[in-house]
Amino acid sequence: MISLYTLILGVALLIIGFYAMLTRKNLIKIVIGFSIADTGTHIIIVSLGYLRGKTAPIIDGAVNAVNAVQEVVDPIPSALVLTAIVIGLAVTAVMLSFIVEMYKKNKSLSIDDYQELKW
Amino acid sequence: MIKNIAVLLAVAGLLMIFLPVISGFQERENLNELAADYVDGSIHDLGTPNVVTSVIVTYRGLDTLGEVTVLFLATVGVGLLLKGRKEDMLRISSSELLETTSSVLVAMIMILGVYIFTHGHLTPGGGFQGGVVIASGFLLLMLSNVNAKISHSIMNFVESFSGVAYVGIGVAGMVLTIGFLNPGILPLGQFGDLFSAGAIPVIYSLIGLKVGSELTSILVTMRGE
Repeated sequence: MISLYTLILGVALLIIGFYAMLTRKNLIKIVIGFSIADTGTHIIIVSLGYLRGKTAPIIDGAVNAVNAVQEVVDPIPSALVLTAIVIGLAVTAVMLSFIVEMYKKNKSLSIDDYQELKW
Repeated sequence: MIKNIAVLLAVAGLLMIFLPVISGFQERENLNELAADYVDGSIHDLGTPNVVTSVIVTYRGLDTLGEVTVLFLATVGVGLLLKGRKEDMLRISSSELLETTSSVLVAMIMILGVYIFTHGHLTPGGGFQGGVVIASGFLLLMLSNVNAKISHSIMNFVESFSGVAYVGIGVAGMVLTIGFLNPGILPLGQFGDLFSAGAIPVIYSLIGLKVGSELTSILVTMRGE
């Protein structure tokens, strides 16, 4: 059951982050919304990889090497999320440096002051 | 007004996408075929206790190379965007408490980072996690000592060296064994030892060095030097 709760939490975070990205005017807050949505996606993926009553896919005292296949959760979503976290970090860093540059040019953090791409 | 409705519609659409996922969700009982194969192969073929590590470094090794490339591009992008940013920032020296603590802690944080990435194939952890821990050590150093100089050229050297060595190990796997990034170029060793699992700890340590130096360069650039 726990993975259903974390799945709902992940969807909620994704929607909160998406809503924040759509409604906030401050560029930094938009980036924060992106980060929240990003985290929600990670929680969703990890929840989908959970198997009932099983443990982390690391062979040590808790997991027997002989029947490890019966005892561990799916390792692939964990690996995917590890990748996604790093990419999210990289994208956030680039977005923040864009904001620094934009602030230097226009002295404003409000998205309303950047009309160049509006149609 | 129209904008608010559009936002609500977009959020509702997103919710509609995920409602079937939630309502039709059932906890799985068993690994699917691919995952079972990975778990089995990680133990018997690769001798790696941490299955996530063997997926990242070997089975999906090419993806990880791409991921490291994305991180590198982000570092280059940040450096390019913030180039020559030398403003007269107000630099207040930090408190004595932070300075004293950091002089003790920075070295220990670095050692913890190295521990995490060298033991990536045995314990939870690995190159990305260890690299981030090392970068956080550098961040503490920058916070506590506003005049700390972190050499860009050393960071660039470590970063390029580990990148080249990573690709070199991949090519060596292609020449000596069956495929790109195959860890079989080194002996498997005793299951669970630090020096085991072929080239996996070497590759993950190189990734750790690369991630650590890249994130540190991002931090140094963002500090404005």
